[in-house]
Amino acid sequence: MPPPAASTAPAFDVAAVREDFPILATRVGTHPLIYLDNAASAQKPRAVIDAVSEYYAARHANIHRGVHYLSAEATDAYDQARVTVAKFLNAAEPRECIFVRGATEGINLVASSWGRANLRAGDEILLTTLEHHANIVPWQLAAEAAGAKIKVIPVNDRGELILDNLDALLTPRVKLLAITHVSNALGTIVPVREIIRRAHAVGAVVLVDGAQSVPHLRIDVRDLDCDFFAFSGHKLFGPTGIGVLYGKAALLEKLPPYQSGGDMIERVTFEKTTFRGLPERFEAGTPDISGAIGLAAAIRYLDKLGHDALAAHERCLLDHATTAVRAIPGVRLVGEAADKVGVLSFVMDDVHPHDIGTILDSEGIAIRAGHHCAQPLMQRLGITGTARASFAFYNTIEEADRLAAALLKVKKMFG
Amino acid sequence: MRVRALRVLRGKILPFSIPSTVDDELNELYQDIILDHHRRPRNRGQLPAPPASFAEGFNPLCGDQLTVFVNVDGDKISDIKFTGQGCAISQSSASLMTQQVKGKTVAEARAAIAAIQELLTGENLPPIAVQESLGDLIALKGVRKFVARVKCATLAWHALDAALAGHGKVSTE
Repeated sequence: MPPPAASTAPAFDVAAVREDFPILATRVGTHPLIYLDNAASAQKPRAVIDAVSEYYAARHANIHRGVHYLSAEATDAYDQARVTVAKFLNAAEPRECIFVRGATEGINLVASSWGRANLRAGDEILLTTLEHHANIVPWQLAAEAAGAKIKVIPVNDRGELILDNLDALLTPRVKLLAITHVSNALGTIVPVREIIRRAHAVGAVVLVDGAQSVPHLRIDVRDLDCDFFAFSGHKLFGPTGIGVLYGKAALLEKLPPYQSGGDMIERVTFEKTTFRGLPERFEAGTPDISGAIGLAAAIRYLDKLGHDALAAHERCLLDHATTAVRAIPGVRLVGEAADKVGVLSFVMDDVHPHDIGTILDSEGIAIRAGHHCAQPLMQRLGITGTARASFAFYNTIEEADRLAAALLKVKKMFG
Repeated sequence: MRVRALRVLRGKILPFSIPSTVDDELNELYQDIILDHHRRPRNRGQLPAPPASFAEGFNPLCGDQLTVFVNVDGDKISDIKFTGQGCAISQSSASLMTQQVKGKTVAEARAAIAAIQELLTGENLPPIAVQESLGDLIALKGVRKFVARVKCATLAWHALDAALAGHGKVSTE
Protein backbone atom coordinates (compact mmCIF):
# COMPACT_ATOMS: atom_id res chain seq x y z
CA MET A 1 0.00 0.00 0.00
CA PRO A 2 1.58 3.32 -1.00
CA PRO A 3 1.52 6.01 1.69
CA PRO A 4 -1.55 8.17 1.16
CA ALA A 5 -1.20 11.70 -0.10
CA ALA A 6 -2.14 14.50 2.25
CA SER A 7 -5.25 15.27 0.26
CA THR A 8 -8.39 13.28 -0.38
CA ALA A 9 -10.30 12.58 -3.54
CA PRO A 10 -11.15 15.90 -5.19
CA ALA A 11 -14.86 15.09 -5.18
CA PHE A 12 -14.91 15.21 -1.39
CA ASP A 13 -14.58 18.51 0.45
CA VAL A 14 -14.08 17.57 4.09
CA ALA A 15 -14.00 21.19 5.27
CA ALA A 16 -17.42 21.79 3.75
CA VAL A 17 -18.80 18.57 5.22
CA ARG A 18 -17.54 19.52 8.69
CA GLU A 19 -19.69 22.65 8.48
CA ASP A 20 -22.72 20.35 8.44
CA PHE A 21 -21.89 19.06 11.94
CA PRO A 22 -22.33 21.82 14.53
CA ILE A 23 -20.70 19.81 17.34
CA LEU A 24 -17.40 19.61 15.48
CA ALA A 25 -16.85 23.28 16.35
CA THR A 26 -16.59 22.30 20.03
CA ARG A 27 -13.44 23.25 21.90
CA VAL A 28 -12.11 21.08 24.68
CA GLY A 29 -10.27 23.51 26.90
CA THR A 30 -8.08 25.33 24.45
CA HIS A 31 -8.02 22.53 21.89
CA PRO A 32 -10.38 22.00 19.01
CA LEU A 33 -12.33 18.80 19.50
CA ILE A 34 -10.93 15.84 17.56
CA TYR A 35 -13.70 13.30 17.66
CA LEU A 36 -12.35 9.80 17.08
CA ASP A 37 -15.00 7.83 18.96
CA ASN A 38 -17.29 7.35 16.00
CA ALA A 39 -17.61 3.61 16.44
CA ALA A 40 -19.23 4.28 19.81
CA SER A 41 -21.57 6.93 18.45
CA ALA A 42 -21.36 9.21 15.43
CA GLN A 43 -22.13 12.94 15.46
CA LYS A 44 -25.23 14.39 13.85
CA PRO A 45 -25.44 16.63 10.79
CA ARG A 46 -27.66 19.70 10.88
CA ALA A 47 -30.03 17.87 8.50
CA VAL A 48 -30.82 15.32 11.24
CA ILE A 49 -31.07 17.87 14.04
CA ASP A 50 -33.38 20.00 11.90
CA ALA A 51 -35.57 17.08 10.83
CA VAL A 52 -36.18 16.06 14.46
CA SER A 53 -36.76 19.63 15.52
CA GLU A 54 -39.08 20.37 12.59
CA TYR A 55 -41.08 17.26 13.36
CA TYR A 56 -41.68 18.33 16.96
CA ALA A 57 -42.31 21.94 15.96
CA ALA A 58 -44.77 21.24 13.17
CA ARG A 59 -45.90 17.65 12.77
CA HIS A 60 -46.02 15.78 16.05
CA ALA A 61 -48.98 13.68 17.15
CA ASN A 62 -49.42 9.99 17.88
CA ILE A 63 -49.45 7.83 14.79
CA HIS A 64 -51.86 5.36 13.24
CA ARG A 65 -54.86 6.01 15.46
CA GLY A 66 -55.68 9.66 15.06
CA VAL A 67 -58.34 10.91 12.67
CA HIS A 68 -56.91 14.39 12.67
CA TYR A 69 -54.49 16.37 10.54
CA LEU A 70 -51.39 16.10 12.72
CA SER A 71 -51.77 12.38 13.28
CA ALA A 72 -51.94 11.89 9.53
CA GLU A 73 -48.80 14.04 9.08
CA ALA A 74 -46.88 12.10 11.74
CA THR A 75 -48.05 8.75 10.40
CA ASP A 76 -47.00 9.70 6.91
CA ALA A 77 -43.55 10.86 8.06
CA TYR A 78 -43.04 7.68 10.10
CA ASP A 79 -44.12 5.43 7.22
CA GLN A 80 -41.92 7.35 4.80
CA ALA A 81 -38.97 6.86 7.14
CA ARG A 82 -39.50 3.12 6.87
CA VAL A 83 -39.53 3.36 3.08
CA THR A 84 -36.22 5.26 3.22
CA VAL A 85 -34.68 2.62 5.48
CA ALA A 86 -35.91 -0.22 3.24
CA LYS A 87 -34.32 1.43 0.23
CA PHE A 88 -31.09 1.98 2.17
CA LEU A 89 -30.88 -1.73 2.99
CA ASN A 90 -32.32 -2.77 -0.38
CA ALA A 91 -35.00 -4.75 1.45
CA ALA A 92 -37.70 -6.23 -0.76
CA GLU A 93 -40.46 -4.46 1.17
CA PRO A 94 -40.65 -1.72 3.83
CA ARG A 95 -42.63 -4.02 6.16
CA GLU A 96 -39.47 -6.11 6.52
CA CYS A 97 -37.89 -3.22 8.44
CA ILE A 98 -38.93 -3.12 12.09
CA PHE A 99 -38.11 0.01 14.07
CA VAL A 100 -36.42 -0.89 17.34
CA ARG A 101 -34.27 1.01 19.86
CA GLY A 102 -31.02 -0.13 18.34
CA ALA A 103 -29.03 -3.14 17.20
CA THR A 104 -29.12 -4.54 20.74
CA GLU A 105 -32.90 -4.57 20.83
CA GLY A 106 -33.05 -5.98 17.31
CA ILE A 107 -30.84 -8.91 18.31
CA ASN A 108 -32.79 -9.43 21.52
CA LEU A 109 -36.01 -9.50 19.52
CA VAL A 110 -34.73 -12.32 17.32
CA ALA A 111 -33.06 -14.22 20.17
CA SER A 112 -36.23 -14.05 22.20
CA SER A 113 -38.96 -14.55 19.57
CA TRP A 114 -37.18 -16.71 17.05
CA GLY A 115 -35.34 -18.56 19.81
CA ARG A 116 -38.52 -19.35 21.71
CA ALA A 117 -40.23 -20.68 18.58
CA ASN A 118 -37.32 -22.57 17.06
CA LEU A 119 -34.61 -23.58 19.50
CA ARG A 120 -34.72 -27.05 21.00
CA ALA A 121 -32.46 -29.03 23.33
CA GLY A 122 -29.33 -30.16 21.51
CA ASP A 123 -29.50 -27.40 18.89
CA GLU A 124 -26.44 -25.27 18.27
CA ILE A 125 -26.00 -21.52 17.85
CA LEU A 126 -22.86 -20.43 16.04
CA LEU A 127 -21.19 -17.13 16.97
CA THR A 128 -17.73 -15.68 16.30
CA THR A 129 -14.95 -14.52 18.61
CA LEU A 130 -15.32 -11.02 17.14
CA GLU A 131 -18.80 -10.45 18.57
CA HIS A 132 -19.86 -7.53 20.73
CA HIS A 133 -21.50 -8.64 23.98
CA ALA A 134 -24.82 -7.59 22.45
CA ASN A 135 -24.47 -10.43 19.95
CA ILE A 136 -23.37 -12.96 22.57
CA VAL A 137 -25.43 -12.55 25.72
CA PRO A 138 -28.93 -12.66 24.12
CA TRP A 139 -27.95 -15.97 22.51
CA GLN A 140 -26.60 -17.34 25.77
CA LEU A 141 -29.95 -16.61 27.41
CA ALA A 142 -31.85 -18.16 24.49
CA ALA A 143 -29.56 -21.20 24.50
CA GLU A 144 -29.96 -21.63 28.24
CA ALA A 145 -33.75 -21.48 27.97
CA ALA A 146 -33.82 -24.11 25.22
CA GLY A 147 -30.96 -26.33 26.30
CA ALA A 148 -29.06 -25.39 23.15
CA LYS A 149 -25.31 -25.02 22.82
CA ILE A 150 -23.11 -22.09 21.76
CA LYS A 151 -20.20 -22.66 19.38
CA VAL A 152 -17.71 -20.08 18.17
CA ILE A 153 -15.87 -19.38 14.91
CA PRO A 154 -12.29 -18.49 16.01
CA VAL A 155 -10.10 -15.56 14.93
CA ASN A 156 -6.41 -15.38 14.07
CA ASP A 157 -3.89 -12.95 15.57
CA ARG A 158 -4.69 -10.37 12.90
CA GLY A 159 -8.32 -10.31 13.98
CA GLU A 160 -9.68 -12.17 10.96
CA LEU A 161 -12.09 -15.07 11.24
CA ILE A 162 -10.51 -18.48 10.68
CA LEU A 163 -12.83 -20.13 8.19
CA ASP A 164 -10.78 -23.26 7.45
CA ASN A 165 -12.90 -25.33 9.81
CA LEU A 166 -16.20 -23.65 9.10
CA ASP A 167 -17.67 -26.75 7.48
CA ALA A 168 -16.87 -28.78 10.59
CA LEU A 169 -18.58 -26.15 12.76
CA LEU A 170 -21.60 -25.95 10.47
CA THR A 171 -23.26 -29.19 11.45
CA PRO A 172 -26.95 -29.75 10.75
CA ARG A 173 -27.49 -29.04 14.46
CA VAL A 174 -26.61 -25.39 13.89
CA LYS A 175 -29.97 -23.64 13.77
CA LEU A 176 -28.66 -20.11 13.78
CA LEU A 177 -25.53 -18.17 12.97
CA ALA A 178 -25.22 -14.71 14.57
CA ILE A 179 -22.30 -12.85 13.07
CA THR A 180 -20.95 -9.34 13.02
CA HIS A 181 -20.47 -7.62 9.68
CA VAL A 182 -17.65 -5.44 11.03
CA SER A 183 -15.80 -5.89 14.33
CA ASN A 184 -16.46 -2.95 16.66
CA ALA A 185 -13.18 -3.45 18.51
CA LEU A 186 -10.82 -4.00 15.56
CA GLY A 187 -12.61 -2.83 12.43
CA THR A 188 -12.27 -6.18 10.65
CA ILE A 189 -14.69 -6.55 7.74
CA VAL A 190 -16.13 -10.05 7.85
CA PRO A 191 -16.87 -11.79 4.53
CA VAL A 192 -20.44 -12.45 5.62
CA ARG A 193 -21.87 -13.06 2.16
CA GLU A 194 -19.82 -16.21 1.65
CA ILE A 195 -20.35 -17.38 5.24
CA ILE A 196 -24.11 -16.87 4.94
CA ARG A 197 -24.16 -19.00 1.78
CA ARG A 198 -22.41 -21.81 3.61
CA ALA A 199 -24.64 -21.51 6.68
CA HIS A 200 -27.74 -21.66 4.52
CA ALA A 201 -26.42 -24.85 2.96
CA VAL A 202 -26.95 -26.60 6.31
CA GLY A 203 -30.28 -24.90 6.87
CA ALA A 204 -29.14 -22.36 9.48
CA VAL A 205 -30.83 -18.99 9.83
CA VAL A 206 -28.36 -16.07 9.82
CA LEU A 207 -28.51 -12.81 11.75
CA VAL A 208 -25.98 -10.13 10.81
CA ASP A 209 -25.03 -7.50 13.39
CA GLY A 210 -24.64 -4.47 11.14
CA ALA A 211 -24.06 -1.87 13.88
CA GLN A 212 -20.51 -1.16 12.68
CA SER A 213 -20.95 -1.82 8.98
CA VAL A 214 -23.80 0.56 8.10
CA PRO A 215 -21.69 3.71 8.63
CA HIS A 216 -18.98 2.44 6.26
CA LEU A 217 -20.20 -0.17 3.79
CA ARG A 218 -22.91 -0.21 1.16
CA ILE A 219 -25.55 -2.59 2.49
CA ASP A 220 -27.66 -4.87 0.33
CA VAL A 221 -29.52 -7.37 2.49
CA ARG A 222 -30.84 -9.22 -0.56
CA ASP A 223 -27.39 -9.61 -2.03
CA LEU A 224 -26.04 -10.77 1.36
CA ASP A 225 -29.09 -13.02 1.62
CA CYS A 226 -29.06 -12.64 5.41
CA ASP A 227 -32.24 -13.58 7.23
CA PHE A 228 -31.97 -10.81 9.82
CA PHE A 229 -29.87 -7.64 9.89
CA ALA A 230 -29.77 -5.26 12.86
CA PHE A 231 -28.30 -1.77 13.17
CA SER A 232 -28.45 1.35 15.33
CA GLY A 233 -29.38 4.79 14.04
CA HIS A 234 -26.96 6.71 16.26
CA LYS A 235 -23.90 5.08 14.70
CA LEU A 236 -25.26 6.11 11.29
CA PHE A 237 -25.27 9.85 12.17
CA GLY A 238 -28.92 9.57 13.25
CA PRO A 239 -30.56 9.98 16.67
CA THR A 240 -30.02 7.68 19.66
CA GLY A 241 -32.89 5.41 20.64
CA ILE A 242 -33.79 4.30 17.12
CA GLY A 243 -32.55 1.32 15.18
CA VAL A 244 -33.75 -1.20 12.65
CA LEU A 245 -34.21 -4.92 12.55
CA TYR A 246 -34.54 -6.17 9.01
CA GLY A 247 -36.00 -9.65 8.59
CA LYS A 248 -37.15 -11.59 5.58
CA ALA A 249 -40.94 -11.28 5.50
CA ALA A 250 -41.44 -15.03 5.36
CA LEU A 251 -39.48 -15.44 8.60
CA LEU A 252 -40.88 -12.44 10.46
CA GLU A 253 -44.44 -13.53 9.69
CA LYS A 254 -43.85 -16.77 11.55
CA LEU A 255 -42.31 -15.19 14.65
CA PRO A 256 -44.31 -14.81 17.85
CA PRO A 257 -44.56 -11.23 19.17
CA TYR A 258 -41.64 -9.85 21.20
CA GLN A 259 -43.28 -7.14 23.25
CA SER A 260 -47.02 -6.70 23.36
CA GLY A 261 -49.35 -3.81 23.92
CA GLY A 262 -50.97 -1.10 21.84
CA ASP A 263 -50.49 -0.69 18.10
CA MET A 264 -49.44 -4.31 17.57
CA ILE A 265 -52.86 -5.88 18.09
CA GLU A 266 -55.74 -6.57 15.78
CA ARG A 267 -58.47 -7.40 18.27
CA VAL A 268 -58.31 -7.80 22.04
CA THR A 269 -60.75 -9.57 24.31
CA PHE A 270 -59.94 -10.98 27.74
CA GLU A 271 -60.16 -14.44 26.21
CA LYS A 272 -57.91 -13.96 23.21
CA THR A 273 -55.92 -11.40 21.28
CA THR A 274 -55.01 -11.49 17.62
CA PHE A 275 -52.02 -9.61 16.32
CA ARG A 276 -51.44 -7.31 13.40
CA GLY A 277 -49.19 -8.14 10.50
CA LEU A 278 -45.78 -6.73 9.70
CA PRO A 279 -44.26 -4.47 10.74
CA GLU A 280 -46.71 -3.33 13.45
CA ARG A 281 -46.75 -6.69 15.17
CA PHE A 282 -43.21 -6.00 16.42
CA GLU A 283 -43.73 -2.35 17.29
CA ALA A 284 -45.79 -2.40 20.47
CA GLY A 285 -46.56 0.97 21.99
CA THR A 286 -45.92 4.43 20.60
CA PRO A 287 -42.65 4.14 18.70
CA ASP A 288 -39.77 6.60 18.50
CA ILE A 289 -41.41 8.63 15.72
CA SER A 290 -38.91 11.48 15.80
CA GLY A 291 -36.06 8.99 15.90
CA ALA A 292 -37.29 7.26 12.75
CA ILE A 293 -37.65 10.63 11.02
CA GLY A 294 -34.15 11.63 12.13
CA LEU A 295 -32.72 8.34 10.93
CA ALA A 296 -34.33 8.80 7.52
CA ALA A 297 -32.83 12.30 7.38
CA ALA A 298 -29.39 10.83 8.13
CA ILE A 299 -29.77 8.30 5.32
CA ARG A 300 -30.82 11.02 2.87
CA TYR A 301 -27.87 13.14 3.96
CA LEU A 302 -25.42 10.28 3.37
CA ASP A 303 -27.02 9.55 0.01
CA LYS A 304 -26.44 13.11 -1.03
CA LEU A 305 -22.73 12.95 -0.15
CA GLY A 306 -22.37 9.72 -2.07
CA HIS A 307 -21.05 6.48 -0.65
CA ASP A 308 -17.98 6.18 -2.86
CA ALA A 309 -16.59 9.60 -1.98
CA LEU A 310 -17.01 8.90 1.74
CA ALA A 311 -15.45 5.45 1.47
CA ALA A 312 -12.44 6.80 -0.45
CA HIS A 313 -11.83 9.50 2.17
CA GLU A 314 -12.19 7.02 5.04
CA ARG A 315 -9.73 4.67 3.35
CA CYS A 316 -7.27 7.53 3.08
CA LEU A 317 -7.72 8.40 6.78
CA LEU A 318 -7.24 4.82 7.92
CA ASP A 319 -4.11 4.32 5.84
CA HIS A 320 -2.61 7.59 7.00
CA ALA A 321 -3.43 7.00 10.69
CA THR A 322 -2.20 3.40 10.54
CA THR A 323 1.15 4.49 9.14
CA ALA A 324 1.52 7.35 11.63
CA VAL A 325 0.55 5.37 14.73
CA ARG A 326 2.50 2.27 13.78
CA ALA A 327 5.66 4.40 13.48
CA ILE A 328 5.57 5.28 17.20
CA PRO A 329 7.96 3.04 19.15
CA GLY A 330 6.23 1.03 21.85
CA VAL A 331 2.85 1.17 20.13
CA ARG A 332 1.37 -2.05 18.81
CA LEU A 333 -1.66 -2.12 16.55
CA VAL A 334 -4.29 -4.67 17.51
CA GLY A 335 -6.26 -6.04 14.58
CA GLU A 336 -4.52 -5.83 11.24
CA ALA A 337 -7.02 -7.57 9.04
CA ALA A 338 -6.50 -7.18 5.31
CA ASP A 339 -10.01 -5.81 5.00
CA LYS A 340 -10.85 -3.11 7.56
CA VAL A 341 -12.99 -0.03 8.15
CA GLY A 342 -11.63 3.10 9.83
CA VAL A 343 -10.97 1.65 13.28
CA LEU A 344 -7.51 1.77 14.80
CA SER A 345 -7.10 -0.28 17.97
CA PHE A 346 -3.74 -0.25 19.70
CA VAL A 347 -1.87 -0.86 22.92
CA MET A 348 1.19 0.89 24.28
CA ASP A 349 4.03 -0.59 26.32
CA ASP A 350 3.49 0.02 30.05
CA VAL A 351 0.60 2.44 29.54
CA HIS A 352 -2.95 1.32 30.22
CA PRO A 353 -5.56 2.29 27.60
CA HIS A 354 -7.47 4.40 30.14
CA ASP A 355 -4.39 6.48 30.86
CA ILE A 356 -3.92 6.96 27.12
CA GLY A 357 -7.56 8.07 26.89
CA THR A 358 -7.21 10.61 29.69
CA ILE A 359 -4.04 12.12 28.23
CA LEU A 360 -5.51 12.31 24.72
CA ASP A 361 -8.57 14.01 26.18
CA SER A 362 -6.30 16.73 27.52
CA GLU A 363 -5.41 17.38 23.86
CA GLY A 364 -9.09 17.48 22.90
CA ILE A 365 -8.94 14.03 21.33
CA ALA A 366 -11.85 11.70 22.07
CA ILE A 367 -11.11 7.99 21.79
CA ARG A 368 -12.44 4.85 23.47
CA ALA A 369 -10.41 2.78 25.90
CA GLY A 370 -11.17 -0.62 27.35
CA HIS A 371 -12.56 -3.94 26.25
CA HIS A 372 -15.12 -2.42 23.86
CA CYS A 373 -17.80 -4.85 25.08
CA ALA A 374 -15.83 -7.65 23.43
CA GLN A 375 -14.22 -9.43 26.38
CA PRO A 376 -14.00 -12.86 24.68
CA LEU A 377 -12.08 -11.23 21.81
CA MET A 378 -9.74 -9.43 24.24
CA GLN A 379 -9.10 -12.74 26.06
CA ARG A 380 -8.33 -14.43 22.74
CA LEU A 381 -5.84 -11.68 21.89
CA GLY A 382 -4.29 -11.92 25.35
CA ILE A 383 -5.02 -8.33 26.38
CA THR A 384 -7.43 -6.66 28.78
CA GLY A 385 -8.31 -3.84 26.44
CA THR A 386 -7.13 -1.43 23.79
CA ALA A 387 -7.22 2.25 22.99
CA ARG A 388 -9.44 2.66 19.94
CA ALA A 389 -9.54 5.58 17.53
CA SER A 390 -12.45 5.26 15.11
CA PHE A 391 -12.87 7.53 12.14
CA ALA A 392 -15.80 9.01 10.28
CA PHE A 393 -15.81 10.83 6.94
CA TYR A 394 -15.72 14.20 8.70
CA ASN A 395 -12.32 13.48 10.22
CA THR A 396 -9.23 14.94 8.59
CA ILE A 397 -5.69 13.87 7.84
CA GLU A 398 -4.52 16.62 10.19
CA GLU A 399 -6.56 15.07 12.99
CA ALA A 400 -4.89 11.71 12.37
CA ASP A 401 -1.53 13.47 12.66
CA ARG A 402 -2.64 15.15 15.89
CA LEU A 403 -3.53 11.73 17.27
CA ALA A 404 -0.03 10.47 16.53
CA ALA A 405 1.52 13.59 18.08
CA ALA A 406 -0.58 13.17 21.22
CA LEU A 407 0.55 9.57 21.53
CA LEU A 408 4.11 10.85 21.63
CA LYS A 409 3.04 13.05 24.55
CA VAL A 410 1.69 9.95 26.32
CA LYS A 411 4.99 8.21 25.75
CA LYS A 412 6.92 11.17 27.09
CA MET A 413 4.76 11.39 30.18
CA PHE A 414 5.06 7.72 31.03
CA GLY A 415 8.58 7.44 29.58
CA MET B 1 5.07 18.04 44.64
CA ARG B 2 7.32 19.99 42.32
CA VAL B 3 4.63 20.05 39.69
CA ARG B 4 2.02 21.43 42.01
CA ALA B 5 4.35 24.13 43.23
CA LEU B 6 4.93 25.14 39.64
CA ARG B 7 1.22 25.35 39.05
CA VAL B 8 0.72 27.70 41.95
CA LEU B 9 3.58 29.83 40.73
CA ARG B 10 2.22 29.99 37.23
CA GLY B 11 -1.21 30.83 38.59
CA LYS B 12 0.28 33.83 40.38
CA ILE B 13 2.18 35.15 37.45
CA LEU B 14 -0.56 34.56 34.93
CA PRO B 15 -3.89 34.75 36.76
CA PHE B 16 -5.77 34.37 33.45
CA SER B 17 -3.60 31.61 32.19
CA ILE B 18 -6.32 29.29 30.94
CA PRO B 19 -4.03 27.72 28.31
CA SER B 20 -2.03 25.78 30.87
CA THR B 21 -4.96 24.60 32.99
CA VAL B 22 -5.64 21.29 31.28
CA ASP B 23 -1.98 20.34 31.21
CA ASP B 24 -1.59 21.42 34.83
CA GLU B 25 -4.45 19.18 35.83
CA LEU B 26 -2.94 16.38 33.82
CA ASN B 27 0.44 16.89 35.47
CA GLU B 28 -1.23 16.87 38.86
CA LEU B 29 -3.00 13.63 38.00
CA TYR B 30 0.11 11.90 36.72
CA GLN B 31 2.56 13.45 39.14
CA ASP B 32 5.92 11.83 39.72
CA ILE B 33 4.92 9.92 42.83
CA ILE B 34 1.97 8.32 41.01
CA LEU B 35 4.11 7.34 38.04
CA ASP B 36 6.79 6.03 40.39
CA HIS B 37 4.33 3.74 42.19
CA HIS B 38 2.98 2.68 38.80
CA ARG B 39 6.46 1.70 37.60
CA ARG B 40 7.61 0.20 40.90
CA PRO B 41 4.56 -0.94 42.81
CA ARG B 42 5.20 -1.54 46.53
CA ASN B 43 3.86 -4.59 48.35
CA ARG B 44 2.84 -6.34 45.19
CA GLY B 45 2.03 -10.02 45.68
CA GLN B 46 -0.14 -12.36 47.69
CA LEU B 47 -0.36 -13.39 51.34
CA PRO B 48 -1.38 -16.93 52.23
CA ALA B 49 -5.05 -16.97 53.10
CA PRO B 50 -5.85 -17.94 55.73
CA PRO B 51 -4.52 -16.45 57.92
CA ALA B 52 -4.76 -13.40 55.63
CA SER B 53 -8.17 -12.14 54.70
CA PHE B 54 -8.59 -10.77 51.20
CA ALA B 55 -11.10 -9.09 48.94
CA GLU B 56 -11.30 -8.52 45.24
CA GLY B 57 -12.20 -5.16 43.76
CA PHE B 58 -13.49 -5.15 40.23
CA ASN B 59 -14.77 -2.48 37.93
CA PRO B 60 -16.87 -4.18 35.26
CA LEU B 61 -16.95 -1.06 33.08
CA CYS B 62 -13.22 -0.65 32.63
CA GLY B 63 -11.96 -4.07 33.71
CA ASP B 64 -9.66 -2.80 36.47
CA GLN B 65 -9.15 -5.59 38.95
CA LEU B 66 -7.37 -5.73 42.32
CA THR B 67 -7.10 -8.21 45.15
CA VAL B 68 -6.02 -6.89 48.53
CA PHE B 69 -4.63 -9.27 51.17
CA VAL B 70 -4.34 -8.20 54.81
CA ASN B 71 -2.93 -9.85 57.92
CA VAL B 72 -4.41 -8.42 61.09
CA ASP B 73 -2.62 -9.13 64.40
CA GLY B 74 -4.75 -7.95 67.26
CA ASP B 75 -5.85 -4.54 66.03
CA LYS B 76 -2.80 -3.99 63.85
CA ILE B 77 -2.35 -4.54 60.11
CA SER B 78 0.90 -6.51 60.26
CA ASP B 79 1.12 -7.08 56.53
CA ILE B 80 -0.69 -6.11 53.35
CA LYS B 81 -0.18 -6.97 49.69
CA PHE B 82 -2.08 -6.58 46.45
CA THR B 83 -2.28 -8.17 43.02
CA GLY B 84 -4.20 -7.14 39.94
CA GLN B 85 -4.08 -5.17 36.77
CA GLY B 86 -5.42 -1.89 35.53
CA CYS B 87 -4.54 1.70 34.81
CA ALA B 88 -1.76 3.73 36.43
CA ILE B 89 -4.22 5.38 38.80
CA SER B 90 -5.75 2.18 40.16
CA GLN B 91 -2.41 0.43 40.55
CA SER B 92 -0.60 3.41 42.09
CA SER B 93 -3.46 4.02 44.47
CA ALA B 94 -3.21 0.40 45.64
CA SER B 95 0.55 0.64 46.03
CA LEU B 96 0.34 3.93 47.96
CA MET B 97 -2.40 2.47 50.11
CA THR B 98 -0.40 -0.56 51.17
CA GLN B 99 2.53 1.66 52.07
CA GLN B 100 0.28 3.92 54.11
CA VAL B 101 -1.67 1.39 56.18
CA LYS B 102 0.99 -1.25 56.78
CA GLY B 103 1.74 -1.33 60.50
CA LYS B 104 -1.26 0.88 61.30
CA THR B 105 -4.27 -0.13 63.37
CA VAL B 106 -7.51 -1.19 61.74
CA ALA B 107 -9.11 1.98 63.08
CA GLU B 108 -6.38 4.10 61.49
CA ALA B 109 -6.83 2.25 58.18
CA ARG B 110 -10.57 2.88 58.28
CA ALA B 111 -9.91 6.55 58.97
CA ALA B 112 -7.60 6.64 55.93
CA ILE B 113 -10.32 5.00 53.80
CA ALA B 114 -12.77 7.69 54.87
CA ALA B 115 -10.24 10.46 54.28
CA ILE B 116 -9.44 9.21 50.77
CA GLN B 117 -13.13 9.00 49.97
CA GLU B 118 -13.52 12.60 51.08
CA LEU B 119 -10.40 13.69 49.21
CA LEU B 120 -11.60 12.16 45.95
CA THR B 121 -15.35 12.63 46.04
CA GLY B 122 -16.08 15.26 48.72
CA GLU B 123 -17.66 18.49 47.60
CA ASN B 124 -14.77 20.33 49.22
CA LEU B 125 -11.26 19.22 50.00
CA PRO B 126 -10.86 17.79 53.50
CA PRO B 127 -9.49 20.14 56.20
CA ILE B 128 -5.76 20.82 55.98
CA ALA B 129 -5.11 18.69 59.07
CA VAL B 130 -6.72 15.69 57.37
CA GLN B 131 -4.82 16.38 54.15
CA GLU B 132 -1.55 16.50 56.05
CA SER B 133 -2.36 13.20 57.77
CA LEU B 134 -2.50 11.57 54.35
CA GLY B 135 1.23 11.84 53.68
CA ASP B 136 2.10 10.60 50.20
CA LEU B 137 -1.54 9.77 49.57
CA ILE B 138 -2.20 13.43 48.95
CA ALA B 139 -0.74 12.71 45.51
CA LEU B 140 -4.13 11.24 44.65
CA LYS B 141 -5.73 14.66 45.00
CA GLY B 142 -5.31 15.34 41.29
CA VAL B 143 -7.82 12.59 40.51
CA ARG B 144 -10.64 14.84 41.82
CA LYS B 145 -10.62 16.79 38.58
CA PHE B 146 -11.10 13.67 36.46
CA VAL B 147 -14.54 12.44 37.37
CA ALA B 148 -14.27 9.40 35.09
CA ARG B 149 -11.11 8.30 36.90
CA VAL B 150 -12.23 8.62 40.54
CA LYS B 151 -13.44 5.03 40.56
CA CYS B 152 -9.96 3.91 39.47
CA ALA B 153 -8.42 5.53 42.54
CA THR B 154 -11.03 4.29 44.99
CA LEU B 155 -11.02 0.67 43.87
CA ALA B 156 -8.15 -0.46 46.13
CA TRP B 157 -9.71 1.30 49.10
CA HIS B 158 -13.06 -0.38 48.60
CA ALA B 159 -11.22 -3.69 48.42
CA LEU B 160 -9.32 -2.94 51.64
CA ASP B 161 -12.55 -1.97 53.36
CA ALA B 162 -14.13 -5.25 52.23
CA ALA B 163 -11.10 -7.30 53.27
CA LEU B 164 -11.15 -5.75 56.76
CA ALA B 165 -14.88 -6.39 57.01
CA GLY B 166 -14.47 -9.97 55.77
CA HIS B 167 -16.44 -9.47 52.54
CA GLY B 168 -14.88 -11.22 49.57
CA LYS B 169 -15.82 -9.02 46.66
CA VAL B 170 -16.64 -5.45 45.82
CA SER B 171 -17.53 -3.80 42.58
CA THR B 172 -17.27 -0.13 41.63
CA GLU B 173 -18.77 1.58 38.62
